[in-house]
Amino acid sequence: MIPEFEKFKGFKAKNLPQIEPLAPGHRACQGCGEVLALRMVMKALGKDVIVCNATGCMEIITSPYPHTAWNVPWIHIAFENAAAVASGVEAARKVLKRKKKIPKKHVDILAVGGDGATGDIGLQWISGAMERGHDFLYVCLDNEAYMNTGVQRSGCTPYGAMTTTSPPGKKSFGQVTWKKNVPGIMVAHNIPYVATASPAYFLDLMNKVKKAALVKGPAYVHIFSPCPTGWGSAGERSVEFARLAVETKVFPLYEVIEGRYIMSRKIKKAKPVTEYLKGQKRFRHLDEAHIDYIQKRVDAEYEKLLRLSEMT
Amino acid sequence: MSKRVGVEVSIAISEAVGLARAEIIPAYPITPQTHIVEHLSEMVANGQLDAEFVPVESEHAAMSCCCGAAAAGARVFTSSSSQGLSLMSEILYIPSTMRLPMVMVVANRALSAPISIWNDHQDIMVQRDIGWIQTFAENGQEAVDLTIHAFKVAENRNVSLPMIVNIDGFTLSHVIEPIELPDQEDVDAYLPPFKPRYKLDPRKPITMGPVGIPEVYTEAKVAHDKAIKNSKRYILKAWEEFEEVFGRKYEPVETYRTEDAEVLLVGMGSICETAMTAVDKMRDQGQKVGLLKIRLWRPFPAQEFRKAVGKTKILAVIDRCLPPGAVCGPVGAELRSMFYKIPGSPKIFSFVAGLGGRDVTVSRFEEIVDKARAFAKKRPRELYEVIGVREK
Repeated sequence: MIPEFEKFKGFKAKNLPQIEPLAPGHRACQGCGEVLALRMVMKALGKDVIVCNATGCMEIITSPYPHTAWNVPWIHIAFENAAAVASGVEAARKVLKRKKKIPKKHVDILAVGGDGATGDIGLQWISGAMERGHDFLYVCLDNEAYMNTGVQRSGCTPYGAMTTTSPPGKKSFGQVTWKKNVPGIMVAHNIPYVATASPAYFLDLMNKVKKAALVKGPAYVHIFSPCPTGWGSAGERSVEFARLAVETKVFPLYEVIEGRYIMSRKIKKAKPVTEYLKGQKRFRHLDEAHIDYIQKRVDAEYEKLLRLSEMT
Repeated sequence: MSKRVGVEVSIAISEAVGLARAEIIPAYPITPQTHIVEHLSEMVANGQLDAEFVPVESEHAAMSCCCGAAAAGARVFTSSSSQGLSLMSEILYIPSTMRLPMVMVVANRALSAPISIWNDHQDIMVQRDIGWIQTFAENGQEAVDLTIHAFKVAENRNVSLPMIVNIDGFTLSHVIEPIELPDQEDVDAYLPPFKPRYKLDPRKPITMGPVGIPEVYTEAKVAHDKAIKNSKRYILKAWEEFEEVFGRKYEPVETYRTEDAEVLLVGMGSICETAMTAVDKMRDQGQKVGLLKIRLWRPFPAQEFRKAVGKTKILAVIDRCLPPGAVCGPVGAELRSMFYKIPGSPKIFSFVAGLGGRDVTVSRFEEIVDKARAFAKKRPRELYEVIGVREK
């Protein structure tokens, strides 16, 4: 077990931090599930943190000069390289501490990016930083497409979804590939902590982020982030969709601690995937056969996870 | 007192980086830069240098890591070359406008295709506009001195810009030369510890690298342009102080036997050594020929260059880069635009030579001078000429 976890008692509804490292007044869309998740991430981390942000929605909505929503030190360099920037910050602080040029006090290094910055264009940079073992956490805010540039498909876009580059048509039904298993790729790096989280389960999310920060070495948290603008869903239903994704087994919540899979929430009586798919314009063109396929594949993927949790 | 010793130039550069007490070195190997980073990782491994060596997975990551490290307030060094420099190109523009000081030695090498590991200046010329201060070294001693000088300039709070020292791949990087490595005490006296004006610090949070909306983007770029132009005085001042401490004098444009010259060769980097031999030979034959060496490439020292040209009427500019479809090589183009419509300005002839490791010999310089003289009498059809192209 990880010794750093022993002292951490966990966030509960009673002891939620008051601190808001990410200030309100930013320019996110109404009902943005991503900025909601990011706010929880930042509340969990507190003020002793340095944020390295990939280009994307969260970067542009929080930093149009001369405004900033950041009450903590924050840097943005480019799209694909937040993990490499974070490794520079981490390694620099290591040597500066050794030379007594900065205080010894621990400061968390957070790299944060969307699903495109994480699972597609930035995969190499993240892989490199994880492999080198920098003491930092990477948070992927997965809204399942390139939303900042106008809803183009990414490797994390779910099967069947309509995006501007996976449009359904006479010869297509939308995204033809299954969602890339980015947390699985991170697990393959043998890092001490990997988790999935959802803003619908905010205590679970905050506890996982805190654990990812506490653990020595690299850690990864993949957060499901509903996007009303990109999904064609009602802004007031973002949290509901985040919850439905968990309850239908579409987005299972789990931790992988030192290679051991632990289900955070076992779904005994899953709701049918249609509960989750309906109400989102990106899925409305799907016929029964496709929905049937999605249901079977979702169940099979969940079974795989369960088996992993039993095996490890 | 420091001594001159025979040492490979790459090793000497690494030792200079050590004397400068670099704190973090993110690096990815590429020929011909490898010996520099190998030796640095050795120095870190055996405790000679208290620094973090970050063996990143690509040059793009190297430059990204440099940005993070500089923003965190550490003294940053890296080195690259050719394809690797091109891979980091996207990021190179960022630390300069963000005013993050760092030093990079570029072991200049040709660009693919065809793949070539040998020396020319194409790799750095495609990065001409990245907004870094750039110098060119002519020999091993210069490479060492300019590396130490680069930290002093880049980290000066009035400058706060990244800086590249160009050294010719193999021709400099892999040769053993007699080099005087300065004493640690002298380097410490010359180069104070890095104290960044801004850094990522939870005690004083700042936002770095925000979105530049159209209302501020132009101003950000103008501020950068002003900063690099303004840096020249600190570059010169740092060279003056260098002379005081180490006894070697550097100037942005150096002259060799330019007095009463009718033709001046203009070059950068290691070919200038051969060019000097060529000038000596031609002078011995009674030809009035001299040499101008551009040491400071960015910011371009226009004033110093014009002064160095004096009353000479013919310039033969040698570019080690062939931009296909352009009017001429980048150095030639720069000088032509600089002298445009200036009364009494010289005739400027552009030559391309020494691509992909092709040696530029003494006889080639003689050929260039002859051609420049002929062109001055009868204007050539083309705006540049490639020297030494094999017919068969």
